[in-house]
Amino acid sequence: MLVRRPPDIAPSEITAASLFARRRQLILATGAAAGLALSPFSAKAAPPTLKISGRADHAGGEKPTARSAITEYNNFYEFSTDKRSPARLAQAMRIEPWTVTVEGEVLKPATFDIDQLRRLAPMEERIYRLRCVEAWSAVVPWAGFPLATLIDKVQPTGQARYVAFETLADKEDMPGLRSRVLDWPYLEALRLDEARHPLTLLAFGLYGDWLPKQNGAPLRLVVPWKYGFKSAKSLVRIRFLRDMPHSAWMKASPREYGFYANVNPSVDHPRWSQARERRLGEFLKRPTLPFNGYAEQVASLYAGMDLRLNF
Amino acid sequence: MSATPPPRLLSAIKWSAVFLMLLPLFNLPVAYWQDALGADPFEAIQQTLGKWTLYSLFVTLGVTPLRRLTGFAWLIRLRRALGLTAFAYACVHALAWAGLEHLFDPAALADDLTKRVHIIVGLAALILLTLLAITSTNAAIKRLGGKRWQALHRLVYAIAILGVVHHWLLVKADFSAPAMEAAILAILLASRLLLPAKRPSARGTGKVSCASRTG
Repeated sequence: MLVRRPPDIAPSEITAASLFARRRQLILATGAAAGLALSPFSAKAAPPTLKISGRADHAGGEKPTARSAITEYNNFYEFSTDKRSPARLAQAMRIEPWTVTVEGEVLKPATFDIDQLRRLAPMEERIYRLRCVEAWSAVVPWAGFPLATLIDKVQPTGQARYVAFETLADKEDMPGLRSRVLDWPYLEALRLDEARHPLTLLAFGLYGDWLPKQNGAPLRLVVPWKYGFKSAKSLVRIRFLRDMPHSAWMKASPREYGFYANVNPSVDHPRWSQARERRLGEFLKRPTLPFNGYAEQVASLYAGMDLRLNF
Repeated sequence: MSATPPPRLLSAIKWSAVFLMLLPLFNLPVAYWQDALGADPFEAIQQTLGKWTLYSLFVTLGVTPLRRLTGFAWLIRLRRALGLTAFAYACVHALAWAGLEHLFDPAALADDLTKRVHIIVGLAALILLTLLAITSTNAAIKRLGGKRWQALHRLVYAIAILGVVHHWLLVKADFSAPAMEAAILAILLASRLLLPAKRPSARGTGKVSCASRTG
């Protein structure tokens, strides 16, 4: 009869009797502290704490929207078309290990591990306005670094004119993929100059901590002068292209969603006016600002373009 | 219970049905106060009101098929009250559109009313439903006479169809809810055609005895 010897346990590893006696209370206390899954990572594989090296307020001093609103009101159709379910359903998403493949018209294509990307540049906290095409908005404290940093690293060729972003489409964990509400995987794209713009952020964090899964963990795009659907979540692939690709929303409803999707109060959505928006947490509506208030920084990108045609 | 219940019981049944139908409406301020409506409670309110306008219309349309299926002729006595709950929901839904969505700003309202097809469709449904509500009184039935009243109130079919179309046109990408509502409506309308109408009962003493001809 084979009797297996248990692995030796060092005396230092033995749980103190006092802690052992209170183990149930401790577990409950830890659970309560973890709260609404503030950390999307399992204790085993948690990355180091998010370190923020700088802060920039790009929301004109406006107070950030309550964290609970930002993390419990999400359009993430891969999980559900209602806005409250992704907070719960997205927890099934596996975000470690995670890689992002950068390919296409680049001299140095590569597949990056998420940890490599996290260390690519110091993380800055950026407070941005976010304006959903549905006419609600928020002020969000993101953490990340400019996408331009990554672009410089992979060196786009002279043929690269557009950058496409692909979201995870994991049939096992994402119940929304069963519905044909959008063409999966979710695809968004920017013109190269938009992608290179200093405001365009590769975001890894939210409110000083890593992105919650429902907000697009472990990394996402944030383009604050465009409608929110352009800011693709949970990126797995970044492709540099010669020709303008069709984004998921362009394919779903070309009359309603264009390539540029710049926030523009004078161009109505076919089914509602874009002149006003409701900030989450407020009752009265406020006027929508051209380019979501970032006109000074980005309007030059569109000089000479008819923004009604190129909506 | 195919015999008409005694008046008090009938009244109790009627008001219970109305109360149950209006529960989602009563629940809204409670949910709002409890912060249970999510990050955009006004959108949630509007969607709930719209949904229950349609559902209460469906319940109203379901009275006659249910009557024919069960043989409980007295069910017809619930129909007016249920129809008026649909009218109530529609009014609050329209009020929410004008107030919560547009803060009663005339320019914004005019913009919606002239440019958005789904709003025009919704308004058409509301106008027709108002017409039916006004003529739901006993006095109106008497004045119009049974035949004319019935012809007018057949508009409820058009109203329900307009309601489903309104929802369909409104939806962003996920058509599953309006598709399900269209299916339910189709079943309700089909059942009126397929289930045979009973001959008018000699026992029925309802004030709407003329209208119960196709009831």
